[in-house]
Amino acid sequence: MEELLRQYMNLYYIQVLTLICIMMIAALGLHLITGVTGQLSFGHAAFVGIGAYAAALSNIHWGLPFLICVLLGGLAAALAGVLVGFPSMRLTGDYLGIATLGFAEIVRVILMNMDITGGARGLAGIPRETTLVLAFVLAAVAIWTMYRIQDSRFGRALVAIREDDIAAECNGINGLWYKVSAFAIGSFFAGVAGGLYAHFLQYLNPSGFGFAKSFEILTFVVLGGLGSIPGTVLGTTILTLLPEVLRFSAEYRMMMYGLLMVIMMIFRPRGLLGGVDLLPLLKRMLYSLRKKQTPLNGDGNGRSV
Amino acid sequence: MTTDIVLQQLLNGLTLGSTYALIALGYTMVYGIIQLINFAHGDVYMIGAFVGLTMVVVFGINIWAALFVAMIACVLVAMTIERVAYRPLRRSTRLAPLISSIGVSIFLQTLMTSMKGPQPVGFPQVVSNTIYTIGPVKIALVQIIILLVAAALMIALQLIVKRSKIGKAMRATSEDYDTASLMGVNVNRVISFTFAIGAALAAAGGVLIGMYFNSVFPLMGVMAGLKAFCAAVVGGIGSIPGAVIGGLFIGVAEVFGVAMGLGSYKDAIAFALLILVLLIKPTGILGQPIQRKV
Repeated sequence: MEELLRQYMNLYYIQVLTLICIMMIAALGLHLITGVTGQLSFGHAAFVGIGAYAAALSNIHWGLPFLICVLLGGLAAALAGVLVGFPSMRLTGDYLGIATLGFAEIVRVILMNMDITGGARGLAGIPRETTLVLAFVLAAVAIWTMYRIQDSRFGRALVAIREDDIAAECNGINGLWYKVSAFAIGSFFAGVAGGLYAHFLQYLNPSGFGFAKSFEILTFVVLGGLGSIPGTVLGTTILTLLPEVLRFSAEYRMMMYGLLMVIMMIFRPRGLLGGVDLLPLLKRMLYSLRKKQTPLNGDGNGRSV
Repeated sequence: MTTDIVLQQLLNGLTLGSTYALIALGYTMVYGIIQLINFAHGDVYMIGAFVGLTMVVVFGINIWAALFVAMIACVLVAMTIERVAYRPLRRSTRLAPLISSIGVSIFLQTLMTSMKGPQPVGFPQVVSNTIYTIGPVKIALVQIIILLVAAALMIALQLIVKRSKIGKAMRATSEDYDTASLMGVNVNRVISFTFAIGAALAAAGGVLIGMYFNSVFPLMGVMAGLKAFCAAVVGGIGSIPGAVIGGLFIGVAEVFGVAMGLGSYKDAIAFALLILVLLIKPTGILGQPIQRKV
């Protein structure tokens, strides 16, 4: 399958698309924590990092099959997510965000100082296993799972907590349990993304999982439209493509990236797809297309216009 | 550790901590007024250090004049940032200006990197490296200057906030944004002024750190900014004395951590303290408990 793709596609495009799919899985995890449950997290990259190192190390040292390694990475990150989820009982809003930022920095410094992770030199020699097809399939599964979660009793409880956690608790929703679960599931997504990332780059360095990465993922979610799955998908795609598209400007690339972030935020303060409901929009577009094809009197529902 | 070493480390910690406190004040004042975590603040501090350096090296002016020019330059930078990147987002969701500030931060860092290169640039020895011995403690002239300048600026800030008319407007705005604007306070001017003061203090911090460590680099604002931000939160974000206490606390803790052999974990100390304080007292040492009406 991968060979087939390579015949039709430039290797560079395959790389960029794979990266988009991987980052999308991580961003969907943060979407659940921040977008759906409303718990601010500034440390999402730490979960990606934990997942990446767990997956890479279990592959190198235990020689486990690749997909098992990715799953282990996800579980390790979920465990860390539970750990971080508990303070959310006491901390609200920005304070929780700051605590997660602190947690992420501590994780980075620990990864930097451990022997098994290779410390600041990084961890090399991870076999290349992640393919575009696999990343794409997993990203699709992640999107589908996210829709299923949001459309369940569990997901509605999370939204209730986001809207007003006291009112939610009054209606019998166990706030702590749901917040911790949201952190665990969101981190699991991040960990899976990390496992794929490790087997994609074949080299890991703790500095790649600092707060800059955390904010990058947060930007994907917010700029796309907080709380919207299509928004997260679009935000991730645009912001991962942007540095690649801006490559023509060489050293001014990141400068323009920063500027564009500000500009996009000013013109779409709620995110690119924030407040946009895609389904009715799609229906309306289809309808207007159909109307153009058959210029009859009536709106298609038997009523005359 | 003997008493002598403890005292010596305490002094070093206070010197480092007072520069953290200078940066933390900007975070805490801005947060107090518009509840925005201004992630570009650390980069304003970096620009302050570079302007100071340029003044000393290229224009060859006196360090005090350089400090003053750096402060003015950063005031202009911060007021421009506020006008362009934050004011249009005043009425939108909380996360929008936050993302905007991250964009500004990336922009300023890469701007400076493309101008000066990513490597550290040496800051010339502008004060003599005389070391005074007071009892068991050795204190360098540069440390005395840092402590005195920081203390003078903090006293000036306290006077502005408590005694001047604009200070009164600042306190009113941070108490209640809408009511203050109904009472005739020009909120936009107050917010702009808050950014200006915060930037001036950060610029002073940047020049002082340049003098202390003899080097400045384009990414220096990242870690210093984050730690100063931790300091503001540890002290109780929104509280001016809290930021000073938090800054000194983090500085001292970091120096003692390194002295105890935790050097490679240096950057984690501030964050570990942060989490510890937040878990014990969720709004920081001097923070007001959050009141929620249901």
